[in-house]
Amino acid sequence: MKLELSRVIQGGARLGVLQGIGRTGQHSLKVPGCLLYTHFGTVPHLTQDTLQTVNNLPSVTQVTLSNIAEHQEVLEEFKEGFKAFAGLHNTVLYCSLHDPATRSPTGYATNKTVSVWGSGGRIELTASKFMALLKTVKPDWYQSMADGETWQTNTSRKRIRKSVDRTLAYLDECLLVHQKSQDLDGVELFGVVEGGDVMEERVRSARETAKRPVAGFCLDGLQTGSVDQALRTQLITSMTTELPEDKPRLLQGVGRPDEVLACVEAGVDLFEGFFPFQVTERGCALCFNYDVSPDPECAVLELNEEKHSAGDNMQPKGDLNCEDQTQMTSFEMNLKDKRYQDDFKSLVEGCGCYCCKNHQRAYLHHLLVTNELLAGVLLMIHNMTHYQNFFGAVREALATDKMDLLKKRVHGETRNT
Amino acid sequence: MAATVERVIVSSNPENSMSLQKALSAASPLTLRIVAKCPVTKARACDLTLPHCTVNTPVFMPVGTQGTLKGITVDQLESLGCQICLGNTYHLGMRPDSGGFQMVSLVELSEVTEEGVNFKSPYDGKEILLSPEKSISIQNSLGSDIMMQLDDVVSSTVKGPRVEEAMHRSIRWLDRCIAANKNPDKQNLFAIIQGGLDAELRKACLKEMTQRDVSGFAIGGLSGGEEKNDFWRMVTLSTDHLPQEKPRYLMGVGYAVDLVVCVALGCDMFDCVFPTRTARFGSALVPWGSLQVKQKQYAKDFLPIDPDCHCPTCKRHSRAYLHALFKSDTAAMHHVTVHNIAYQLSLMRSVRQSIVEGRFPEFIRAFMKRMFPSRDDYPGWAVDALASVNVTLD
Repeated sequence: MKLELSRVIQGGARLGVLQGIGRTGQHSLKVPGCLLYTHFGTVPHLTQDTLQTVNNLPSVTQVTLSNIAEHQEVLEEFKEGFKAFAGLHNTVLYCSLHDPATRSPTGYATNKTVSVWGSGGRIELTASKFMALLKTVKPDWYQSMADGETWQTNTSRKRIRKSVDRTLAYLDECLLVHQKSQDLDGVELFGVVEGGDVMEERVRSARETAKRPVAGFCLDGLQTGSVDQALRTQLITSMTTELPEDKPRLLQGVGRPDEVLACVEAGVDLFEGFFPFQVTERGCALCFNYDVSPDPECAVLELNEEKHSAGDNMQPKGDLNCEDQTQMTSFEMNLKDKRYQDDFKSLVEGCGCYCCKNHQRAYLHHLLVTNELLAGVLLMIHNMTHYQNFFGAVREALATDKMDLLKKRVHGETRNT
Repeated sequence: MAATVERVIVSSNPENSMSLQKALSAASPLTLRIVAKCPVTKARACDLTLPHCTVNTPVFMPVGTQGTLKGITVDQLESLGCQICLGNTYHLGMRPDSGGFQMVSLVELSEVTEEGVNFKSPYDGKEILLSPEKSISIQNSLGSDIMMQLDDVVSSTVKGPRVEEAMHRSIRWLDRCIAANKNPDKQNLFAIIQGGLDAELRKACLKEMTQRDVSGFAIGGLSGGEEKNDFWRMVTLSTDHLPQEKPRYLMGVGYAVDLVVCVALGCDMFDCVFPTRTARFGSALVPWGSLQVKQKQYAKDFLPIDPDCHCPTCKRHSRAYLHALFKSDTAAMHHVTVHNIAYQLSLMRSVRQSIVEGRFPEFIRAFMKRMFPSRDDYPGWAVDALASVNVTLD
């Protein structure tokens, strides 16, 4: 893979395209961008037919070992790799360790092993088992094994140091196997940068990881809820200073639009696309404004109205509840609310997704109140579309120097005058 | 205490209404054209023209009780070839709003009087009445192509005077429904024949209801746990006394064998929650029975559910993948739901085709052979029912 940057903004943000991804090198991904989040190769709630109604799907599909590990035997018997097993065609497969939408317990990593949680419980992986799994999965791209159990506040410095050491040791083991293995010929490996909330450890981890022959970098241990955005920005900046400019940076576990914007400005290229799923699971629809079109009068008034009224019974933006990723954010509307019972507007005016073209808020409200499965289907379609469009807006804002305007829109600040 | 839940049929093709308006003009909102009649059995293949669509019968209608077909979009339904499906009046028009009120079982929460069916909320004691007039009013608002009368239906396992009472009341309620219909030129009303498992009561009900001017007739009060031997006899008795030129809708029938047999007995339309409900439990319907995809034996089975099936699920996914997916995401249910609907619709298409081509008895024989390992496994009631319409299974 090759990162072609068309713009680098002073202070960090980059705009460009990740070219030549996939074993055949025929796919590309615009950056800043996000990956297609799946459970075992399936976008939550969606079959191929419903998925195809979403335009601009990311060209990279993410799967996680936490979903896959328990099926190793089946995949080994199948022999042809995960893509074929899951009926995935014409996509790049990226394999991560953990599912970014769920928080993994801490306290299980050892010097030789990490753990993932499948449907049947905890599965322990040594570096060799990790690599054996990957050889069976046959992804196009994967993250190295890593100890990221430092996200809880009050993790000791000693523990953080250990996570950096271990992660480097795992990386070296993985590289050894990777380089010797024909099965992984042409497959990209990302190193994982750890360091908790300790600046020196972040720098050390980044510096050391950058010395290894990896195709890019995952920035771990900074997921939503672990640190506030101000510190996260600082830590990211300290890492990117040590990382080569021409290799992509993937930030794990961060998906909130405001956090994405701040992290893009700090130099992050790629995000995991799990946020739309979390919003869907709480029966909400993304409705935040990302419009940076030339005519400010075009900015949709309704979106601002909706946001302000939706914000009534929510926490103020600055007061982040660090423990609960399931908390509703100010970027969404809660369709279970009684006010939508007879609201016959589409979810978001001008959205254009299948849900907004065919259905109304009142119908979604009805589906949620009656616990109908279709609610998840329709909300997932809308939320993915909205989120993809948001990333498009981020790239456009970077190209046309409108990041400040975009930030204002996303944060719901009314346009004055 | 029996509950009366009545159903509404909602067409799934609103875009076609414009092109059909010309054909219908001032005529009835329903026309039945008998395309072919089986010379051996009582089966027919018809074209049923409704305001929103022309439906080919025999037809299986998937059930979308709460205005949704369980995780499947309307577009998906259309691409499967579904022309007509069901919604439910109570759930769509009457249901008290959130605040935690969930219907556990309608039977336990209702009371039937001459006025209508009284529903009482177990949470706040609030009572709502579903009368024939209210039911038709809701269905008029829903704009469905076919409305069902509010009937007083008792479980088929109930015996005694309650059955007769319900039958007579259903006739009275039919008249009230007819009178209450505000859109007789745009919406059809079907009567529902009652009478339980009593031949005399059924005949009495048939005699009365067929004198009313309705667009079609449903055979109700069956498919509720009664003996299959009684079941088929009531079905065939009903079709014997129903007019040829109006559609016959057998309510609550959805197992493949039941569908094939009841088509032979003269029914045109069917509905059942079974195929879609069983899908959510991982049970896939196939020509040789069913396949429980969540079972261990399919963990390494790399065939699709049915290698001969052309549905989106079978074209892309294996049993092994679906088996694993059930552990990870609700989409697994949607895949099996799509397949099961495709199976039901495909079955009915094949049935219809065989009637049109004059080979329905041969189709029945081949169908039974595929479905059961040996002649000894053929259900006795099905053998008898088919014999009654001149089909012998070797």
